[in-house]
Amino acid sequence: MSGPAATRAFSPAPGGAPLARMVLAQSRMEARLMLRNGEQLLLAIVIPVIVLVGGVAAAGRIGIDLDGHRAVDVLTPGVLALAVMSTAFTSVAIATGFERRYGVIKLLGSSPLPRHGLLLGKVLALLNVVALQLVVLVVVGLVLGWEPTLAAPPRTLAGVVLAVALGTAAFAALGLFVAGALRAEATLALANLVYLLLMAGGGVVLPVGTYGAAGGLIQWLPSGALGEAMRSALVDAVVDSRSLLVLAGWALLGTAMTARTFKWE
Amino acid sequence: MPPASPAVVIDGLVMAYGDKVAVDGLSLEVARGSVTAVLGPNGAGKTTTLETCEGYRVPQRGTVRVLGLDPQRDRAALLPRIGVMLQAGGAWSGVRAVEMLEHMAALHAHPLDTAMLVERLGLGDCGRTPYRRLSGGQKQRLGLAIALVGRPELVFVDEPTAGMDPQARRTTWELLEEIRADGVTVVLTTHHMDEAEHLADRIHIIDRGSVIASGTPAELTRGGRAATIRLVVNRPFPDGAPESLRAELGAGTEVRQLDEVSMLIHGPADGTTLGRVSRWCEEHDVLPQTLSLGQRTLEDVFLDLTGRELAS
Repeated sequence: MSGPAATRAFSPAPGGAPLARMVLAQSRMEARLMLRNGEQLLLAIVIPVIVLVGGVAAAGRIGIDLDGHRAVDVLTPGVLALAVMSTAFTSVAIATGFERRYGVIKLLGSSPLPRHGLLLGKVLALLNVVALQLVVLVVVGLVLGWEPTLAAPPRTLAGVVLAVALGTAAFAALGLFVAGALRAEATLALANLVYLLLMAGGGVVLPVGTYGAAGGLIQWLPSGALGEAMRSALVDAVVDSRSLLVLAGWALLGTAMTARTFKWE
Repeated sequence: MPPASPAVVIDGLVMAYGDKVAVDGLSLEVARGSVTAVLGPNGAGKTTTLETCEGYRVPQRGTVRVLGLDPQRDRAALLPRIGVMLQAGGAWSGVRAVEMLEHMAALHAHPLDTAMLVERLGLGDCGRTPYRRLSGGQKQRLGLAIALVGRPELVFVDEPTAGMDPQARRTTWELLEEIRADGVTVVLTTHHMDEAEHLADRIHIIDRGSVIASGTPAELTRGGRAATIRLVVNRPFPDGAPESLRAELGAGTEVRQLDEVSMLIHGPADGTTLGRVSRWCEEHDVLPQTLSLGQRTLEDVFLDLTGRELAS
């Protein structure tokens, strides 16, 4: 009845793919799904672009004091920070929350992809999407007349890379904490609410200094720290080590909380 | 490890959630290259048992070995060798059916040709459909394809045909038979008797967390030298009917009333039993509508063993 081995369609030949191939496949899949999802795209690209264009157009009329800098030069670094926050925190929290709910993480748990491979894949996907967002927003900023400081390009570059890396780590750790602790619907609601609150009052788009007395508190929030670190690098060519340390602190805190509470199912 | 060693050995497994005991000292073995059905009603502990084999749950007591490995300690070595079909879910809501299958293929070293699986499981016309818009049966077929795509030695399939139309069900059965012929061991849970009878080399009936009977379908339904008689009458039995009938039939006979008009009778397989049953009916002024002596079905076996219908 069954022929020679070669013709047996299902004869066992088990084995996992090499880790690097699995991680790449996972990150490509996650990035693709993130970009395919309309709401996530809204969060990742559309809202930051609206904030940047609208903010620059309105800044003159509202008359916010930006320390004598042009609005576009201050707002563009802030919107880059906003984009990092939206993807690393809100998108990661929502996507992971629903992956738990739909059993995706459970199914992957029976595949050869190990947990650390899944996490690596997530980080890679996240960095991919963040890079794409930054490219789009930098282009929009330049079109609007953004002139980042050229006083010390190496310091600016170092400041931006550190701010994006630590900001991504801090917000992703917090996003995973929320996704791992709450039900998917609660995660969806909370992640969007926190995003809106931080966008409006978290010192991410506008400098902490514009919040008056509240600024003293806001600079310790991950949003305020990320915004300040980006502005310091791109407006003043300064590596803002205090803000970077605040971000590192949030990253450690978020990772510790996630490690203690996260449930894969 | 010799190839003849069992694919799965479960010994004295105990699993409880809070004070609810889901699996209660369950032991069973699965031979390599066989199709083994774990049969039982909802809530019997089938899925918990399977998930312990798949490494999702830590045994609270007892041991579980799959392909000679400990699903917890040897997880990394075991997972590439098994395929898992979950009872529900497992895919992103926005992922397309074929995309999901190709992704799972990419996680394996020597995956099956996904186009072949798509064709065999009839997923061609929904290949670009997002997972959330697939029908229940399409999701089941995709789940089975995902379990098989890594060319596993052993697949665990949880309720493989739930929600499928009869045509898809038959296709799925044929596929499961083919993979067994190609050397894959299959462990399936089901609460469909016909599925277990049709597919399984060996059946373990479980109820309330432990195995209450094991055997081939023929062994389980043969019922030895005893006969099973199903009696259905035209009007409700009088009070005390089972006791009075048992007294009429004598020692070695069991009588169980199923509802007001039907009873199940087990007794020695000789000609006198039927005669005595019809005489008893005459004496008690009820008319037999069905008086059948016959092959027990797995449904009867389950009913015998537990006093409850399987489908409940």
